[in-house]
Amino acid sequence: MRRFTSALFLLGLGVLIAAIYQKMGFHASGSNVGQAINAVAADQLGAANFVTSVVLGYRGLDTLMELTILFTAATVVALVLGRRKPSAKRDPDAGFVLQAGADLFFPLLLIVGLYIILHGHLTPGGGFQGGVILAAAFFVPVLARPGTSIDHGWARLVEGLAGASFIFIGLLAMLEGKSFLTPPPGQGELGALFSAGTLPLLYIAVGLKVGAELAGLLAHLSETEAAE
Amino acid sequence: MDTSLVMYIAAGGLLLIGSAGIVMSSHLVRIIFGIALLEAGANLLLLLASFREGATAPIIVDGHVPAIMADPVPQALVLTAIVIGVGILALALSLAIRVQRAYGTLDMREIRDRMAQEIADTASIDRPISSHAPLPVDVTSVPSPSEGKG
Repeated sequence: MRRFTSALFLLGLGVLIAAIYQKMGFHASGSNVGQAINAVAADQLGAANFVTSVVLGYRGLDTLMELTILFTAATVVALVLGRRKPSAKRDPDAGFVLQAGADLFFPLLLIVGLYIILHGHLTPGGGFQGGVILAAAFFVPVLARPGTSIDHGWARLVEGLAGASFIFIGLLAMLEGKSFLTPPPGQGELGALFSAGTLPLLYIAVGLKVGAELAGLLAHLSETEAAE
Repeated sequence: MDTSLVMYIAAGGLLLIGSAGIVMSSHLVRIIFGIALLEAGANLLLLLASFREGATAPIIVDGHVPAIMADPVPQALVLTAIVIGVGILALALSLAIRVQRAYGTLDMREIRDRMAQEIADTASIDRPISSHAPLPVDVTSVPSPSEGKG
């Protein structure tokens, strides 16, 4: 009976998706907001990557809210899993290959992550993608040596400072009488590393926050002791 | 075959497979993986909503402005949706770990049964059993073939 109702539900969902496809039409975007943004973004914000212009310039407040969601998720994970018992058994260290690989990859992952964050306004990438790579750089050594862990105090400090500086940059615009997170005028040369006003600074804050948060979150999940 | 048509079928397929995983499986981790697949399908569909024939990424390289650029708004939306998806996945998995610690199992039928029993015990009432309710799952003994399914 349950299988039958599930199959019926899935059939209905399939028909619904097909109906949405019918209405949506192929190869035709119903919105022209994107084209309008593509036309003016280079002059208004000075970032070569228009996705970055949208994420941090046109919907910067959304990005802040989204960071808040990630922060809430990381906090609740730490709250739900709780502190590890000191007497709990830990997994043994990994073999030589994984340990050497983790040591070898740490600086490379760090450089790639920072590069992607710093070039977020010029090339595909940015704070979110680079932040995840930074988190991987700090989490892979934990996988190789489960006895060690990342320093949660440091992670929390970096995360808090990054989040505060994102809000602080937004508030700076309000000092000049503009609305929250308005980019300042004078963006520099389009396509140069130091360009696009405050957008690279915001992306650095996003990258550090995402990296610290995800590394802490993964470490919490891996530190959880197995059920007896 | 048209590339975008394949993408549309893939997005619909991911949505259906994810939903099937949620409604049809009774293992908690499989349900969470179903949610992850559903998210992937929704993200792909959002990106496809802005698909334009022959469009390039909305990025200016060396001062050269492409003739047709893709819509950056859904791309930015999906970028944030993926990050939120990771947060949700981690949260769901940590809750699953707690459930496993509390009940010693990840089977939804058994967990539901135990929860109903606990609520009834706390309220010190007999557990109400309707004639339509599925048979309680007994893990201690292998069900005999005569018991049948609910």
